[in-house]
Amino acid sequence: MTQAMPTNIVKPLPLPEGVPGIVADWSSDQRAFKNVPWGKAMMWIFLLSDTFIFSSFLISYMTVRMSATEPWPNPSEVFALTLFGKSIPLILIAIMTFVLISSSGTMAMAVKFGYEKNKKMTFILLLITAALGATFVGMQAFEWTKLILDEGIRPWGNPLGAAQFGSVFFMITGFHGTHVSIGVIFLIIVAIKVLRGDLDHERPGFMTGRKGKYEIVEIMGLYWHFVDLVWVFIFAVFYLW
Amino acid sequence: MAHAEGQQHAHAQGQQHAHAEGQQHPIGIYLKIWALLFILSALSYSVDYFHFQGYLRWFLIIVFMLLKAGLIVAVFMHMMWERLALLYAILVPTLLLMVLLGIGALEADYTFFTRGVFFVKGLL
Repeated sequence: MTQAMPTNIVKPLPLPEGVPGIVADWSSDQRAFKNVPWGKAMMWIFLLSDTFIFSSFLISYMTVRMSATEPWPNPSEVFALTLFGKSIPLILIAIMTFVLISSSGTMAMAVKFGYEKNKKMTFILLLITAALGATFVGMQAFEWTKLILDEGIRPWGNPLGAAQFGSVFFMITGFHGTHVSIGVIFLIIVAIKVLRGDLDHERPGFMTGRKGKYEIVEIMGLYWHFVDLVWVFIFAVFYLW
Repeated sequence: MAHAEGQQHAHAQGQQHAHAEGQQHPIGIYLKIWALLFILSALSYSVDYFHFQGYLRWFLIIVFMLLKAGLIVAVFMHMMWERLALLYAILVPTLLLMVLLGIGALEADYTFFTRGVFFVKGLL
């Protein structure tokens, strides 16, 4: 599909595809990321930096776990829950995963309805996304409480084995939980903006002269999907290893 | 006259592009990817539930992890519809992390070895 950049001049600039397209985009004396609002490009660059932060955490976790001489506590047993009189391994984490994936699904649909200027649906879907995010944080608070009070796991040691387990666990899930919490707050802010019609009237936001547009729903969505993306990696390498 | 018409035509085209700006895709694709992510999550959970061990466990965990990550980035974050200039600018730098991963693994092996030699009897 050939795309064209919207311009004010009479003829839209031709935009080549593929590798010639990369060269043309970066070498031209204009913005490099065409057909993308600058806010979205900036969010992507922020997410790239966040990727490096989380990757550094996860790679340090790998280093620390591989070099631990004491046995590593088995996450499958540590995070098991007794439901209906039966101990199910890792069930809480599995439910949290499904909750976060569902919130990603509703977020993606909120973006779609946002661009269709369907205020009501966008608002409802954003609120559902925020509610699922809050549920996730609540379940994480439950998990932390269980680990700290019942299992006696501390950042400096635990009765199950390698002391590094606690420090790595609290740092990685804590950092991720903070991201989810911040996301929930911003989801509510964007939902209120949508409901008030700020994005239809292009009303400037708080502390910015930037006009409100429905692209902010998509930018919010990028952040939210990233939080889900990080959880995919945490789930795989921390809980399933 | 022809010139003015041409301008009008170009203007109409420009407006069309302005409307096409932003990512608009049918709702079905999001629902399908959502279902797929559910299935993949269930599969990666079953890796633990059925106690797969060894290389098979690692292979399955990493395959499901990368598939899920790919689906989220490509469809939910709309990367598959973005221009290559943005896609490469975001995805290529993450490959550098492979270097950090390799260094981390080497360092961990070395630390484990020295701990075995000097601190923990009977580890090696």
